[in-house]
Amino acid sequence: MIYLLLFSEFFKMGLFAVGGGLATLPFLYAFADKYPWLDPAVLPDMIAVSESTPGPIGVNMATYVGYSTAGILGGIVATLGLVMPSIIVIIIIAKFLHRFNENFYVQSAFYGLRPAVTALIALAGFEVFKASVFTLERYGVTKQIAHLVDMKSILLFAALLFITNITKKHPIVYILGAAALGIMFKI
Amino acid sequence: MKELWTLFLTFARVGCFTFGGGYAMLPVLQKEIVDKNGWATEEELVDYFAIGQCTPGVIAVNTSTFIGYKRKGILGGIAATLGMVFPSLVIIMLISAVLKNFSSLPLVQYAFSGIRVAVAVLVVNVVIKMLKTSIIDYLGAVIFIIALITGILFDISPIYIIIASALFGILFKKIRSVNNV
Repeated sequence: MIYLLLFSEFFKMGLFAVGGGLATLPFLYAFADKYPWLDPAVLPDMIAVSESTPGPIGVNMATYVGYSTAGILGGIVATLGLVMPSIIVIIIIAKFLHRFNENFYVQSAFYGLRPAVTALIALAGFEVFKASVFTLERYGVTKQIAHLVDMKSILLFAALLFITNITKKHPIVYILGAAALGIMFKI
Repeated sequence: MKELWTLFLTFARVGCFTFGGGYAMLPVLQKEIVDKNGWATEEELVDYFAIGQCTPGVIAVNTSTFIGYKRKGILGGIAATLGMVFPSLVIIMLISAVLKNFSSLPLVQYAFSGIRVAVAVLVVNVVIKMLKTSIIDYLGAVIFIIALITGILFDISPIYIIIASALFGILFKKIRSVNNV
């Protein structure tokens, strides 16, 4: 039963993905690893769509995965699965715990959590980097070091890394700009 | 009933105007929740947001649930959350349907090759920012390295790394506070 599975997998993500933004990314890679319906190669495209459309990134990614796996109902089920733990946890906290974020245990847990979450996102980020710059398939055929990476992509990566750090525009601007450059230079 | 509907619509508007979630939603929330509806003061909103950040799940969803619950109880929390995710559901499904039909075009493939590079840059920037804010001492660096190596070497769910690191944080702070007394 694919809907039940989508619900339970995204429920787990909603319960354990802490730290906002890209926190669901390591879980999505683990999900793609475990089930055949999600191709890890589409994850970077999903991030692009999620960042360029309204709504929280985590919710957008859940809808995207659910929809591409099992249609409209799949999208709804995955998204509801993702937000269900929030509803439960927040209502419990609002009812019973005052000054939750100043609680000793919460702060201590986050002291340990933050570096670990950073490591998880860094690992997922490396997968995204690999998918955008490396051409491992081509290298597998020719076995030439020069064929290991795509030169145009590396140049674009370096240029964008520089530009994003001196200008502070919304991510959409960079995503659209990169799309235009991709078409112009046939990356 | 009317107020639940208002909650749903208000958060649907917030969902429509928040790109990327997280901090991007604060100014929109301020306008809708504090200025327009007077459902919370500015300080309360910042508090709710702080709680949203340190509870599991999507920050924007957590904050919506909290405000909805404070207004109208459990049903209010559900109405606000559904409102928040509604625009995503509609917009993302439309886009995925369109992409599915056009993804084989060479033009679209070139565009996405460029986009993938931009996404890699954005993710790298996020990781650099997170490194700066999350690793504040030696122990933080040790936790980071252990989590990184565990993630590389073992094929385990991120869930276990997250639970272990949280428990470690509590254990360490507990020991240190006992020793300091």
